[in-house]
Amino acid sequence: MVTAVTNFGRSGLYDWLMQRVTGVVLLCYFGFIGAVLVTHPDISYSEWRSTFEPTWVRIFSVAALLSLAVHAWIGLWSVLTDYVTPRMLGDKANLLRGLATLACAITLFTYLVWGIQIIWGS
Amino acid sequence: MLQVSIYRYNPETDSEPYMQDLEVDTGGKDLMVLDVLELIKAQDSTVAFRRSCREGVCGSDGLNMNGKNGLACISPLSETVKNNKLIVRPLPGLPVVRDLVVDMSLFYQQYEKIEPYLQNDTPAPAIERLQSPQEREKLDGLYECILCACCSSSCPSFWWNPDRFIGPAGLLQAYRFLADSRDTATEERLAKLDDPFSVFRCHGIQNCVAVCPKGLNPTRAIGHIRNMLLQRAT
Repeated sequence: MVTAVTNFGRSGLYDWLMQRVTGVVLLCYFGFIGAVLVTHPDISYSEWRSTFEPTWVRIFSVAALLSLAVHAWIGLWSVLTDYVTPRMLGDKANLLRGLATLACAITLFTYLVWGIQIIWGS
Repeated sequence: MLQVSIYRYNPETDSEPYMQDLEVDTGGKDLMVLDVLELIKAQDSTVAFRRSCREGVCGSDGLNMNGKNGLACISPLSETVKNNKLIVRPLPGLPVVRDLVVDMSLFYQQYEKIEPYLQNDTPAPAIERLQSPQEREKLDGLYECILCACCSSSCPSFWWNPDRFIGPAGLLQAYRFLADSRDTATEERLAKLDDPFSVFRCHGIQNCVAVCPKGLNPTRAIGHIRNMLLQRAT
């Protein structure tokens, strides 16, 4: 068995399943947003804002935000472990990949907290 | 005259690989690519390539012909050549030993990892372990693999992680033993595959299916392995 410590869930199966589950959540959410925009072609700011008022929409939005963070983490981890490896870039690759992974983690965490603040803020 | 461009590299004399352009008289016949290589070899005996059975059974002459992997011995010029030009390169992603000969060590290491032999701890019966025709049928489309490496060397995931991703050829064989009713090591086999690289580096782009000279479908086998892992975990 190949070991890896920086992937999302330690098991390949878990990551694979999460990638699919979060994908479905995102599909539903963007379907919902798309439907709002299609049914309200001339939507005003206050209407747009009131769309996000109900608690269920806030919960749905946070679920989508969490899904996006997890989905992006698994995807970017795959890309980094494909291309930023000692095989591709030499000895410095592991350090470089560690830094890139850290940058991804900080960015995703920041967007997640910031997004929740926007969604649940007054 | 057929225009042929062939990948040349002799590590003892060349500082880097280069493409050699040649003209080959095919006599207007629809030869196989291997026949063309033999004609080239008659002109220039330093050209190195592997071959053996010349009928698509041994899997020795896996090559990249006009951008697509396949067996030179069963690839007719009529289906390979575009604009009277044949470009022959070694299988991609594997270290070149010389000219068209590649080092397949990584490929075989992955094959070794999946323990490609029947494992059964129960006492051996007097004659043989029997299978029903239905159980035997499950091995069709799996056992036919000749390990030519056309699939694994066409897979980007195998190019980037040949030391960690088993690759389509190895996974097809992994499923061949997972699907075998006589094999009792299913649990141990699955446990060894449940990491982020061995199986799950397959993103289903199906290059392996497109190039397999035996018409096999490694992507489907990988899907079956994934389902087995999923069932085992739920």
